[in-house]
Amino acid sequence: MENNFKKTKREGVVIFSPYESGSSIKKALEIGRENILFEVRESKMKGRGGAGFPTATKWMLVAASRADKKYMICNADEGEPGTFKDRVLLTEYPALVFDGMVVGGYTIGSEIGILYLRGEYIFMLEELEDFLQSMRKQNLLGKNILGKEGFNFDIAIRLGSGAYVCGEETALIESLEGHRGEPRNRPPYPVNTGYMGYPTVVNNVETLASIPQIITKGADWFKAHGTDKSTGSKLFSVSGDCEKPGVYELPWGTSLNELVEIVGATNTKAIQVGGASGICIPKSQFDRKLSYEDASTGGSIMIFNQSRKMLKVLKNFMEFFVEESCGQCTPCRIGNIKLLEGVVKIEKGDYTFSYINSLKDLSKTMQVASKCGLGQSSPNPFISILENFKDEIFSSNGNGANHA
Amino acid sequence: MPDTIKRAPISQQPFKVEKPLDLNAIGGMISIQINEKKVSVPLGTTILEACRDNHIHIPTLCHHPDLCIAGVCRVCVVEVDGMRTLQASCSFPITASIKIKTSSELVRKARRNIIDLLLSEHHGECYACVKNKNCELQTLSKEYGVDNMRFGHVKEPVYEVDFSSTSLVRDMNKCVLCRRCIRTCIDLQEVGVLEAINRGDKTQISTFYDKPLQDVICINCGQCLNRCPTGALYSNDPSDEIWRAIDDPQKHVVIQTAPSPRAAIGEEFGYAPGHSFTPELNTALKRIGFDRVFDTNFTADLTILEEGTELLTRLKKAIVDKDTTVKLPQFTSCSPGWIKFIEHFYPEHLDYLSTAKSPQQMFGAIIKTFYAQEQGIDPKDIVSVSLMPCSAKKFECNRPEMDASGFRDVDYGLTTRELAKMIREAGIFLPELPKSGFDEPFGEASGAGLIFGATGGVMEAALRTVYELVTGREVPFENLRIEACRGFEGIKEASVKLENVLPAYSFLEGVNFKFMVAHGTANAKQVMELLREGKLSDVHFVEIMACPGGCLGGGGQPIPTSEEIRKQRAKAIYAEEEGLPIRKSHENPHVKYIYEKFIPEGPCSELSHKLLHTHYKKRGRYII
Ligand SMILES: Cc1cc2nc3c(=O)[nH]c(=O)nc-3n(C[C@H](O)[C@H](O)[C@H](O)COP(=O)(O)O)c2cc1C
Ligand code: SF4
Ligand code: SF4
Ligand code: SF4
Ligand code: SF4
Ligand code: FES
Repeated sequence: MENNFKKTKREGVVIFSPYESGSSIKKALEIGRENILFEVRESKMKGRGGAGFPTATKWMLVAASRADKKYMICNADEGEPGTFKDRVLLTEYPALVFDGMVVGGYTIGSEIGILYLRGEYIFMLEELEDFLQSMRKQNLLGKNILGKEGFNFDIAIRLGSGAYVCGEETALIESLEGHRGEPRNRPPYPVNTGYMGYPTVVNNVETLASIPQIITKGADWFKAHGTDKSTGSKLFSVSGDCEKPGVYELPWGTSLNELVEIVGATNTKAIQVGGASGICIPKSQFDRKLSYEDASTGGSIMIFNQSRKMLKVLKNFMEFFVEESCGQCTPCRIGNIKLLEGVVKIEKGDYTFSYINSLKDLSKTMQVASKCGLGQSSPNPFISILENFKDEIFSSNGNGANHA
Repeated sequence: MPDTIKRAPISQQPFKVEKPLDLNAIGGMISIQINEKKVSVPLGTTILEACRDNHIHIPTLCHHPDLCIAGVCRVCVVEVDGMRTLQASCSFPITASIKIKTSSELVRKARRNIIDLLLSEHHGECYACVKNKNCELQTLSKEYGVDNMRFGHVKEPVYEVDFSSTSLVRDMNKCVLCRRCIRTCIDLQEVGVLEAINRGDKTQISTFYDKPLQDVICINCGQCLNRCPTGALYSNDPSDEIWRAIDDPQKHVVIQTAPSPRAAIGEEFGYAPGHSFTPELNTALKRIGFDRVFDTNFTADLTILEEGTELLTRLKKAIVDKDTTVKLPQFTSCSPGWIKFIEHFYPEHLDYLSTAKSPQQMFGAIIKTFYAQEQGIDPKDIVSVSLMPCSAKKFECNRPEMDASGFRDVDYGLTTRELAKMIREAGIFLPELPKSGFDEPFGEASGAGLIFGATGGVMEAALRTVYELVTGREVPFENLRIEACRGFEGIKEASVKLENVLPAYSFLEGVNFKFMVAHGTANAKQVMELLREGKLSDVHFVEIMACPGGCLGGGGQPIPTSEEIRKQRAKAIYAEEEGLPIRKSHENPHVKYIYEKFIPEGPCSELSHKLLHTHYKKRGRYII
């Protein structure tokens, strides 16, 4: 990937479609809050950060709450392994992201936007600041934006502290407040008690970048793409064993078979959809569709060809979680250690099936009893890889030595 | 490090739903269903509270009634209809009409798995652990029938045990990362010694730069160890040395007992909180082999005279001599946790402290001087033990300046829990022992000394004496009960008008004597901030105890603790005191005798200063 701000022309039906900087803000101010919320709701836009929460609902909850202050936070922590689409948006389409924040800020009644930028993305800080400065000059930020009396909104950029878990919205807020980046108890949700205790919207970069397109082109246009339940398109960060890795905008509902075709992957064995915490899909199921209702992802697509040992792949994921768990709650902090231990034991052939079953049982507990999404989803690769590749793993040539 | 000690982060604080004032109003109560049972609960109640109120047991580990909610152990999870994941009942406020399942298969399996996980990382052997049979982890594993280590078990300890502190021991091998200690230290006490560091499998509880406890700002209050569910934190136990001294015929071993342990030790023998066992304890101590058993209340009385005299001297200097260097209000100095707290956080305000030693240290100095002389015992053969509710007392008796007698004034500070262990070792069942009194020559103490154990007690005792010294009359309260000093409010404030005073105190005529009482260092901090802002200029006397509830909630007291338990202990103390013949310190004949025989120049004289007063040390905010 290039690290600079080259305005490469990308192809895509929704996000990468033509957009004129500031136009959605103008339109938003014309049509007013109610109509923005209506349009976003009609579009059935769901959060692109992973959880897939309906964006209009989130905004409405904050818009409806009465508070002295409200915050609009853009989550640009992008820590999920194999994800780099937010980086493309921020470097190449900052207008979409920031305009989306302004429209969101206007809708929910916030005056302060914060871009929580992944620490490693410090290289883009200067350009982003420049961009914000130019928006201020055009009165797209600042006081009485575009002449709208009383609509004040500005955006500050804050650098993240480097932990994967800081991308989780409540840990992100803790981190912004200067604490250890650890997820909070919920309820309360950030829409109710967020940054500094005020109602807060946290949205993914891509979610916000879709908003200007919806506002300017309409919900119907947006809905024309994708499936019934997963409307619009999605940016996929494709990596691994393929000829053309990179960021692709594809409509929701694209099947894995189609995807493999597009990115030039051959001899593929499996695709990890949704990053380390996603699920691993074997070739036999490549007719599955990328969508919230089927193979869901925040954008990460990792392709593995026939030469990859799936147990090794799993081990890497589990090592990641053992390190990246915030260490707060029991199921995740210790559970991941135990799953990794299990993988190592399988590698050595030092296991019984009742032990494997108790690890599967443990995975279930982690999914339901962990405090945040990290621990709730970290067993996903463990479950799906052991299930989908059991023949390979539990045989002597799969690197999982045969058990006695 | 932040400049001010932060309260616990919001991630570890509860979500407070405003409960409606009128629960009969619409929406004030919510009907929910717990298992098969339909019940109605106030809006904002947590699931845990709702279940407990309805006699449904939910296991907990990180939850503690004194602390803010963490929601980290996940042992308390329950199923809530319609929610994808299980919910931690301790941190889930009920705001809608929900259906809860507290022991479904999913829930039981999750809890069992979580317990198994905790055990897999826990290095400790119950039979060699101070918390054996009083350990929440152990109880949990029993409750859930853990019969094997499904996920393995740590074979070797990972952390070195920190024995550096004179008061506390930290054995992180037994830590389950419930973070109660952190919340105690940061939020309840606002000291901020402990923090969680690192992530993932490297997560651990640590001190500032991972230094040993003796090198950080720990005030030794022991509140963390009172709330640690496991044996990871415990007090530094001197009982082996004490046994050795008892077994040594050369040694004359004396023990002084403070009031709070007596009001709580029954809990160690299965009694509900709120029973005092003073006379039985006297017998037990003699059976164990202590040569003399004394009552710390005796030097509590002495403290009142010294501290009261000091206060009157300060007032006189300020009012009559117009001496502007005199520091008022005067702060009490009997809580060693509080002393270390002020030394660290407000070193520029040490002059406000009374210079009077704590009762423990006064007794220590007297035993190895006056008592040794009178009894003709060589002080080097005396081993002086104090039974205290407090872990900070261990630090206090080890302070270098505490050698007024030419020896270590007090050799060992022993806590309630540690003494209970000695009693059990001696094969004694305390509650069934015959009663006996304290030994001469300090046999009697006043009730004023006794109530030192509860927050406000020192103030009440001091008022009874000072008021009477100044006016010649008893304090104008029914049955000597100064209610303004009692109760568990964080900071109490009241005043008495001094009228028709004796001629010697004419400078106090008409003065509205104002006093404050605070317990727990978080409240102490608030008082100190007021002092800093100059808002205490009309206050004359402030009592501060480092521990919530005062000494009866000290770091050496039986575990568990909660406000309810502390209230019961306070009740026992106040009830015991009303039955005593002498209830004012200055009327204690033994105190009068000491002054006549030993310190004829009286309170705050030169000799008294040498033996009964002390000085303080400026310390740093982050390090010792
Ligand atoms: C461990 C973890 C890491 C996360 N990392 C990110 C991230 O890097 N970027 C992001 O937008 N959302 C991340 N999320 C999701 C956020 O918590 C949150 O749901 C999202 O920012 C909401 O935005 P959306 O509604 O626009 O999707 C993460 C969640 C978890 C549990
Ligand atoms: S699930 Fe993992 S990351 Fe989330 S709070 Fe628990 S320990 Fe932390
Ligand atoms: S802490 Fe509890 S479980 Fe651990 S060894 Fe001690 S008594 Fe046993
Ligand atoms: S003894 Fe008190 S000051 Fe020391 S760590 Fe424990 S709670 Fe903190
Ligand atoms: S030391 Fe005790 S209180 Fe502190 S986290 Fe560990 S187990 Fe919990
Ligand atoms: S007791 Fe509820 S999470 Fe620990």
